[in-house]
Amino acid sequence: MLEINDLHAGIGDREILRGITLKVNAGEVHAVMGPNGSGKSTLAQVLAGNPSYQVTKGTVTYNGQNLLELDPEVRAQNGIFLAFQYPVEIPGVSNAYFLRSAYNEIRKAQGMEEVDPLEFLDLVEEKLKLVDMDQAMLSRSVNQGFSGGEKKRNEIFQMAVLSPRLAILDETDSGLDIDALRIVAQGVNTLRSPENATIVVTHYQRLLNYIIPDFVHVISNGRIVKSGGKELALELEEKGYDWLQDAGAGAAA
Amino acid sequence: MTDIATRKVSRDNAAVAKNGGGPLATRVMGPIESYRADFQRQPAAPDWLQALRTRGMARFEALGFPTTKNEDWHFTSVAPIAEQIFRAAMTSKTGVSSEGSTAGMVARADLQRFTFGQPAWHSLVFVNGEFSENLSSYAGLGDKVRVSSLGKAIRSGVGRPERHLGKIAAFESHAFTALNTAFIRDGAFVELQPDAVVDLPIHLIFVSEGEGEAISHPRNLIVAAQNSRASIIESYISIRDSCYFTNAVTEISLGEGARLDHYKIQRESEKSFHVGTTQIRQSRDSQLHSFSFAVGGSLARTNIYTSLDGDGATCTLNGLYLADGVQHIDNQTSIEHIAPNCPSHEVYKGVLDGRSHGVFNGKVYVHPEAQKTDGKQSNNNLLLSPTARVDTKPQLEIFADDVKCTHGATVGRLDEMAMFYLNSRGIGSETARTLLTYAFAADVLETIELEPVKSELERMVLARFADSGTG
Repeated sequence: MLEINDLHAGIGDREILRGITLKVNAGEVHAVMGPNGSGKSTLAQVLAGNPSYQVTKGTVTYNGQNLLELDPEVRAQNGIFLAFQYPVEIPGVSNAYFLRSAYNEIRKAQGMEEVDPLEFLDLVEEKLKLVDMDQAMLSRSVNQGFSGGEKKRNEIFQMAVLSPRLAILDETDSGLDIDALRIVAQGVNTLRSPENATIVVTHYQRLLNYIIPDFVHVISNGRIVKSGGKELALELEEKGYDWLQDAGAGAAA
Repeated sequence: MTDIATRKVSRDNAAVAKNGGGPLATRVMGPIESYRADFQRQPAAPDWLQALRTRGMARFEALGFPTTKNEDWHFTSVAPIAEQIFRAAMTSKTGVSSEGSTAGMVARADLQRFTFGQPAWHSLVFVNGEFSENLSSYAGLGDKVRVSSLGKAIRSGVGRPERHLGKIAAFESHAFTALNTAFIRDGAFVELQPDAVVDLPIHLIFVSEGEGEAISHPRNLIVAAQNSRASIIESYISIRDSCYFTNAVTEISLGEGARLDHYKIQRESEKSFHVGTTQIRQSRDSQLHSFSFAVGGSLARTNIYTSLDGDGATCTLNGLYLADGVQHIDNQTSIEHIAPNCPSHEVYKGVLDGRSHGVFNGKVYVHPEAQKTDGKQSNNNLLLSPTARVDTKPQLEIFADDVKCTHGATVGRLDEMAMFYLNSRGIGSETARTLLTYAFAADVLETIELEPVKSELERMVLARFADSGTG
């Protein structure tokens, strides 16, 4: 589904990703872990097409297409979804209007008919339950005045509604208490299927107690310095990142 | 139509009019002289009005058109207005008022899209400044409410408009108000008797349809006696994309405890010029809720001036201006806190695209006696293109010591993170831009209590920038 090959990217002159190579198949869950500043969030942003980042080298192929050529909205229309680490507040636009616009844009791109507000309401009702959110949330402005937990649940709610093929969760666990974490993980697990893939970007292992990954990758200094199965996450929990960071620094030299 | 109608001012004073009468070539008339000639050509009026017009004309001639050296016009050059000769309705071929003939060119159906989908609302329609009985409908207002054309009231003396006319709007110091005063002829006259409550809004529609450079000077008078209540909308519209000049003045007197919701909807042709002044005097405990929406005109200026004369009077002045292309849209407000214990709230927002230029100038004067004043003012602007420009000047002058006043202004661009957030959800840049623009304007639109007006303005915001690019 996704093939990243020797990806280099950064902001301005600052290179953050220094040669990421990663392959994700349908049905798989990949965890990308690493210390702060290692580049794991940059990877998520670059995959979603944030124009603040420039790709300087390497390729990303998504279902046979050159992903890097696509505008962010086209990536989304093709099934890529990024759950933001810091969801953006948009005062003045209701959650319902925002999400229905997104849903309809994606449907339009796929040659399907748009849905009207009432149909949409029916459609989202069960997804709200999935993340334990109240319907009143739909009429509130996008993320405005939401608590940290509400914002993250709203991301998973959007993901549930838009049903992407490749979901990228960027530090969705940060700032969540254990109950919220469980709700978020439950949402993600419900959406798992053999056709979809998920990349979970996280600093801590604890989310991976609930979302069990097939593969774990450790990024340090802009490169994947170690890959393994789910047990690698536990090892990191125990030993920290220090023992791997040396490897990253060495590789960069 | 006379030859004046299509003639631009020659910059060469020695230029000779080709069709000048006889062997002595006539010099081309300058704009001010042309106004003088039109002024003298007006049909006779009652003595009081004749006197008022004469004072207006004298002030206009003394003041002349404002230049950018005038602090109130620093960011707005009125040269395109000052250098052009406009055809007064008075100077049509017959030399008499063209009543009936111009109104005949506008049909009810033409106005439909400007009436907020509310055919039941009371409406007074003016075509090129002149009242059209045929297009208007205002039955069932009750006996405490008198609504008529000002022209009719002047002729009949009913309601004695002379008690208020020219006493609220400061024509001594404002050239355009003086010019309007020199040409007072028609407009709306709304009188609310004590305790009168008008349930349905009264919509005053000023439609310009003329071809050629026509000028109109609508003059409105709204007198709301104590504890009366009404919603009045003034719409300035055109049904053709033509060049003309609307120079409007509205005078409003609010009695004790009266409440007026006043909407000014300026959606003139983008080739036109609009200068409009609304000036209000507020007695004790009166409430003014003003909303000014400006989207039309190549050069447009709206002044909303209120004076809080009585203890406990309150005013809310909100506004939204949307400009695109090479439009210049200027908004000036003034709140005079004369009496103590008066709250005033003001939020103006502007969205500027293309090479447009927006101006906001908001003055709040707190006089020495106006203790316990609570004044809040803000102006926020969104620039959608790198070539759009805005000048904002909130001014706070406080001469009392026990007051609470805040003001602020911002100029910003679309939030890139918000753009990316929307894009990342599949929403293309055009739609995202429209959505964020709408969101920017949403909170000020939210203050509009008349639901049909609110939804129409929301629709206009969404439509306004939907088709424009990022450049």
